[in-house]
Amino acid sequence: MIVIIIIGMSLVTMIPRIIPAFVVEKLQFKPWVNRWLGAIPYAALGALIFPGILWVVPNEPIIGIIGGLVAIILASLGLNVVFAVIGAITTVFLLTM
Amino acid sequence: MEKNAASGGEQSQSFHMIQRGIITGFPIMLGYLPVAITYGVLAKQAGMTLLEIGLMSLMVYAGAAQFMAVNMIAVGTGVVEIVIATFVLNFRHFVMSLSFMNQLRGIALKWRLPLGLGLTDESFAVSAMNPDEGKKENGVLFYAMIFLIAYLSWVAGSILGGILGEVIPDNLSQSMGIALYAMFIGLLVPSVKKNLKVGLIAILSMLINALCIQIGFSAGWAIVFGTVIGGMSGIILLKEDER
Repeated sequence: MIVIIIIGMSLVTMIPRIIPAFVVEKLQFKPWVNRWLGAIPYAALGALIFPGILWVVPNEPIIGIIGGLVAIILASLGLNVVFAVIGAITTVFLLTM
Repeated sequence: MEKNAASGGEQSQSFHMIQRGIITGFPIMLGYLPVAITYGVLAKQAGMTLLEIGLMSLMVYAGAAQFMAVNMIAVGTGVVEIVIATFVLNFRHFVMSLSFMNQLRGIALKWRLPLGLGLTDESFAVSAMNPDEGKKENGVLFYAMIFLIAYLSWVAGSILGGILGEVIPDNLSQSMGIALYAMFIGLLVPSVKKNLKVGLIAILSMLINALCIQIGFSAGWAIVFGTVIGGMSGIILLKEDER
């Protein structure tokens, strides 16, 4: 039964991921569409960060916010992403001790 | 002689791209391992076998959907409901793939296909923040390494979690939960520093996402709408930046 679930999940995940690989070749986008698609990564990052970050620790949104602020500060200093990640993990760990 | 020199140059160029890909992809590994281990632990507790745990990561390869499926399996939800919920939750990857494939124009289909299959929030975000590599010679190797590291970390972590069972203390795994968010922030901040309008696009998308959730949309659709509508602001905001 679980194998059937896995196959079904795999298909509905795979198909939307690969259709653009075939489609893009055949289409020539207008400049405004290209700008839209060019903005998608930043929009996606925004939507992936918030409000999800509030729920890192259940019922304690402030901890997620503080962890996020630490990541913002470390990244603003020009440090590699790895340090933002480690800094945020450490912050949340200390706050939940 | 000349031919040798040329192929030597190409080799070191390939090597350079592979190396850069590994370095750039490393934060994904850092973020994926703890999350994948947690998935493995929970899936084990839900009664899945090690083979099923590994197979799901190999074939579905979508973190949030796998967590959701494990929960649904644990409470005995039917196949159709799980599959539909997965489709909704993962449909955002269609939007991301469209953007990424547009960035990869000029790269052969035989490369774009596996890159499409391996597209996750994280591999997409990291790759999209490094658009220049796609135009360089052998740049596809750079992306391939990012995607490979992410995939292997996810699969290996899942199986590890399934084997280990409950070993990670609660507050440690909670702390690890911020890793991917911190990575997204770490990716976004340098772009915002270069161009403040990019930050505006992200904030708009955050607000639309939050609003959609507030009015009762599922997380999957909320992210899709946040991304698509938030991204629309780029049509106007990014106008002057085009060269």
